[in-house]
Amino acid sequence: MERQSNREGIKGWLNPGRYGLERLAYWLMRLTGLGLLVYFIAHVFETSSIVNGKEAWEKMLDLTQTTEGHIILAIVIGMCVFHTANGIRIMLGHGGVGVGRPGRPDYPYKPASLNSRHKLCILASIGLAALAMMYGLAVLFGE
Amino acid sequence: MAAINPQLSNELPSPIVDPHTDSITLRISKFNPKTDSVVTFQEFKVPVHKWTTVLDAILSVKQHLDPSVAVRYSCRQASCGSCGMKINGKPALACYTKISELNSNIITVEPMNNYPILRDLAVDFTQFFSTHKKLKPYIIRDDSEVTDDSKEFLQTPKEVEEYLQFSYCIKCGLCNSACPTMATDSSFIGPQALAQAYRYVSDNRDTGKNERLKIVDDSHGIWRCHFAGSCSQVCPKGVDPAMGIQLLRGYLLGFRK
Amino acid sequence: MKESVIMKIHYGTALGAVVLVAIHILFRMTQNFSESLQYESVIANYQFLPYAIMLELILILLSVHGFNGLRVILLELKQGVGYEKTVNYGCIAAIAILVAYGSRTILMAGFGM
Repeated sequence: MERQSNREGIKGWLNPGRYGLERLAYWLMRLTGLGLLVYFIAHVFETSSIVNGKEAWEKMLDLTQTTEGHIILAIVIGMCVFHTANGIRIMLGHGGVGVGRPGRPDYPYKPASLNSRHKLCILASIGLAALAMMYGLAVLFGE
Repeated sequence: MAAINPQLSNELPSPIVDPHTDSITLRISKFNPKTDSVVTFQEFKVPVHKWTTVLDAILSVKQHLDPSVAVRYSCRQASCGSCGMKINGKPALACYTKISELNSNIITVEPMNNYPILRDLAVDFTQFFSTHKKLKPYIIRDDSEVTDDSKEFLQTPKEVEEYLQFSYCIKCGLCNSACPTMATDSSFIGPQALAQAYRYVSDNRDTGKNERLKIVDDSHGIWRCHFAGSCSQVCPKGVDPAMGIQLLRGYLLGFRK
Repeated sequence: MKESVIMKIHYGTALGAVVLVAIHILFRMTQNFSESLQYESVIANYQFLPYAIMLELILILLSVHGFNGLRVILLELKQGVGYEKTVNYGCIAAIAILVAYGSRTILMAGFGM
């Protein structure tokens, strides 16, 4: 009988609670990235209705300028802000910025790369996304 | 002479009698790829003290209740890296994890993810070691310390500190088990090998930086690390592979020369 | 193409897109939100050349960034020579199709139907 490869599979991407905030940020980055890609493709298609004239454009607006459409747009705003802010943190991290300096590890062996600077940036990204969503909802529903 | 496995009943074995200790339920993953098609769990009631480690509990089961449990262990002091396993869902060294710090009366031990299972809690490290070898884990230079007319390569304490923590790696494999990319990507180099690549690149005695950077600059190389940090979360020796990987990537991105 | 070059493009397109999308959103905020979506208002935006060029750049940058991200996710999910080739060329094709379709909108709206 073949040995099981025993890979965790997609389940390994989920359950971010096991491994701390950075794993949650990784998971959110994937989720928001895919969500934004789907929105972007839909946005390119929806805006293409303008070439079919005023009636087609207004028909598209009737479809999207609804309560559900505004809620989706607010979620997209949140995803965009989180993905951008966390993306900048990750880009800097990938270059070795803010990951700490190598040194002599001592018990309890707290990893220097998972430091409060990166954790604060992740929390700030989530906070900014929430603020942006609230502002977006205020603009969209405020009229 | 091979040991003959005793016939075991499906009933919960009776606990070892010791009225002065607490006891926990130890669920051990049992799987023999030669005979089983699915993984099952066997439960054992094990007495524990304040200082009992998960490895102690497993060995207690082996000694008194079920000698057929397959588990790797050696030093019992987090030096050898043999006893890596998944404990209550998180990769850890069994000898280094006290039952009391898990805050649970039910302890589930399973083989580490992302490695083929040999039997029960023992996993196959063949790919792990071959990937490690691929990254040339040795000092690359033209001259040597061991010829008659050469002196030993001197390093200042500061130069040693550049790579020291990465040299603490005991090849336990916990980082590869925790990594979200390793969960799905069977071609990914993995945090252990990447951190070891940095260990040698940052060693000022080494001249093989460009060779190693070429190896890691691959579609399943360093670029599939997304700084989730799970490897550093689980590392028992303070190696912090995530730091090593990002510092190594700094060379490829031009942040470091 | 070396993976390091692809990833530098990924980071570069991200930074470029952040700046340009911010400008794109600010444009919508120069007027009241629903007014800014009126047909005449949108056509006027498309016919303003710098804005049309900005939209084209956003289209290219986000298509490259988005589909490269998808390529990375798909490559991590499954491995194999045939599968990886399909994913790589499929993403390039998807970028080309989306850019072509979006450019059609920008050109037709910008130069009149």
